[in-house]
Amino acid sequence: MSFLSYLINGISLGSVYAIIALGYTMVYGIAKMLNFAHGDVIMIGAYIVFTCVSSAGMHPALAVLISIVGCTVLGVAIERVAYRPLRNAASPLAVLITAIGMSYLLQNVALLIFGANTKTFPEILTLPSISLAGGQLNITGTSLVTIGACIVIMICLMAFIHRTKAGQAMLAVSEDKGAAQLMGINVNGTIALTFAIGSALAAVAGVLLCSAYPSLTPYTGSMPGIRAFVAAVFGGIGSIPGAFIGGILLGVIEILGRAYISSQLADAIVFGVLIVVLLVKPAGILGKNIQEKV
Amino acid sequence: MWKKWMALKKTTRSSAVTYAIVIAAYLVIQLLSSLGLLSSLFTGLLVPLCTYVILAVSLNLVVGFLGELSLGHAGFMCVGAFASAFFSRCMEDAIPVSGLRFLIALLIGAAVAGLFGILIGIPVLRLKGDYLAIVTLAFGEIIKNVINVLFIGRDSNGFHFSTKDAVSLNMEPDGEVLINGPQGITGTPKDATFTIGVILILISLFLIINLINSRSGRAIMAIRDNRIAAESIGINITKYKLMAFAISAALAGVAGVLYAHNLSTLTATPKNFGYNMSIMILVFVVLGGIGSIRGSIIAAVVLTLLPEMLRGLSDYRMLIYAIVLILMMLFNWAPKAIEWRERHLSKFRFFGRRKDEPAGKGA
Repeated sequence: MSFLSYLINGISLGSVYAIIALGYTMVYGIAKMLNFAHGDVIMIGAYIVFTCVSSAGMHPALAVLISIVGCTVLGVAIERVAYRPLRNAASPLAVLITAIGMSYLLQNVALLIFGANTKTFPEILTLPSISLAGGQLNITGTSLVTIGACIVIMICLMAFIHRTKAGQAMLAVSEDKGAAQLMGINVNGTIALTFAIGSALAAVAGVLLCSAYPSLTPYTGSMPGIRAFVAAVFGGIGSIPGAFIGGILLGVIEILGRAYISSQLADAIVFGVLIVVLLVKPAGILGKNIQEKV
Repeated sequence: MWKKWMALKKTTRSSAVTYAIVIAAYLVIQLLSSLGLLSSLFTGLLVPLCTYVILAVSLNLVVGFLGELSLGHAGFMCVGAFASAFFSRCMEDAIPVSGLRFLIALLIGAAVAGLFGILIGIPVLRLKGDYLAIVTLAFGEIIKNVINVLFIGRDSNGFHFSTKDAVSLNMEPDGEVLINGPQGITGTPKDATFTIGVILILISLFLIINLINSRSGRAIMAIRDNRIAAESIGINITKYKLMAFAISAALAGVAGVLYAHNLSTLTATPKNFGYNMSIMILVFVVLGGIGSIRGSIIAAVVLTLLPEMLRGLSDYRMLIYAIVLILMMLFNWAPKAIEWRERHLSKFRFFGRRKDEPAGKGA
């Protein structure tokens, strides 16, 4: 029974990773850059909810909505100010280093505004937990909401990409920017839209992550962010179902590793997975190999 | 004299200036210290300063000349630090001469870090750009994580290992704990001095400057500028990438040795060997100018001393670093900014580089 409850915890954590990984994988697929600041957008989103609920006393649903809007604006602004000018830079390192700088900037702004003290995230998902098998297996309401949210987001996103014009434009831009532009697609607008969706998902992920682990510091987002990137690579970067599978697998591996191997080595296990995946199948589970043309 | 100087090759002159700057700075500091003009705070900073300079210069080899981003530099430093501190701690009684012990520790630290560089490098260097960055980051975190659960003790029966706690080492009463998990290694002999630090800086500089001006160095830079073209003229990509990566890792190990032998307690915390430290070194490299050895040295020195001088700004220090990092990248690399600079700043030749020699000379 304990194995089953670990498994469910793992899937729940994995769902959060999957939502974050979606943001990474979409941005990577289209802008071909690793958005290091993505994890910190999660943290900012969580702080927005915290401020709205704890200080301003708003209704949690309204607070989450404000957080989603706030993160979307933040994500688009970051793209516009820091990443777009460097899109055609001579070295791919330029935008990567800028993203690291951006991640640092967000962390330190949060540190100045909210201080280094750990804040307790308010309970906004107050759902009763479900007992199964005569009380031996407890599933918290938060886990259920998290898993449900992840599945809904996945389905909506797949529908958006394959059924709408904007989604098709995203696919086209990720395939070939130049050709997409010639077909009359607004490349800058499409990339901005990707960042907007990714950041909105980051806000949702922030709420879910902090509902499960309610301690909030300026560094809350960075480690889950990096783990979610591992999940995205695991599943095959650029692939949306890949992010989902990778996220769930990584969450399960992390929780089972914590439970059965060593809780202190959890990070080492997660990153070990990354190195093994890159060794055995560098394109990830669902990724496709792209040959470089001369 | 001047004629003779100008007759030298440009690269020779440039590296001579770099060595001269380091030696001059060393002499000035020795002079000030013998006059008693240095505060104890400043004196305490001298060895860390040397550590940072070596780290910055060695990371520049990977970022500036190989054109790959490594975010695990602090991990290699950590490996070197722990390997050498472990050795020094074991051999403290066996080798009483501190100079000899430090020399062996240094070689061990560099060798172990270099070995890890090769181990990590072989699988990883087939990847590039973002993947390499994230894997090196992962490596740094794994190292820190593993060291924090590692317990090693020694008694009359030999060494004991454990990953749980010090009690489970099952030692005889005469045993002592050498590596105590999160508490790290205590009682490392303080063998590092400023003079040793400066000598190590000069050795690192000598290695790197000679490497990049050699045939191998040109191959490394060719890979950076165009991998496919380099491959097609017969440059062995993996070999040269691995060479640069391993040398950089070994030098980071040297910095780690210096770091470990300056402290009596060595622990692996996120602050000294974590991701943040790797980013800090990257900031030195970027601010000094990617691909400029002299720039890395100056940036490491200035950015280490400045926060200590301006204590009041300590809250804003990291914030300022972040903003400077972003602005530097935008100003140096954005195509529009480069165009603007060429139009408006070409009159000021003193600071600007020539048109055919863009900043950083990246790929």
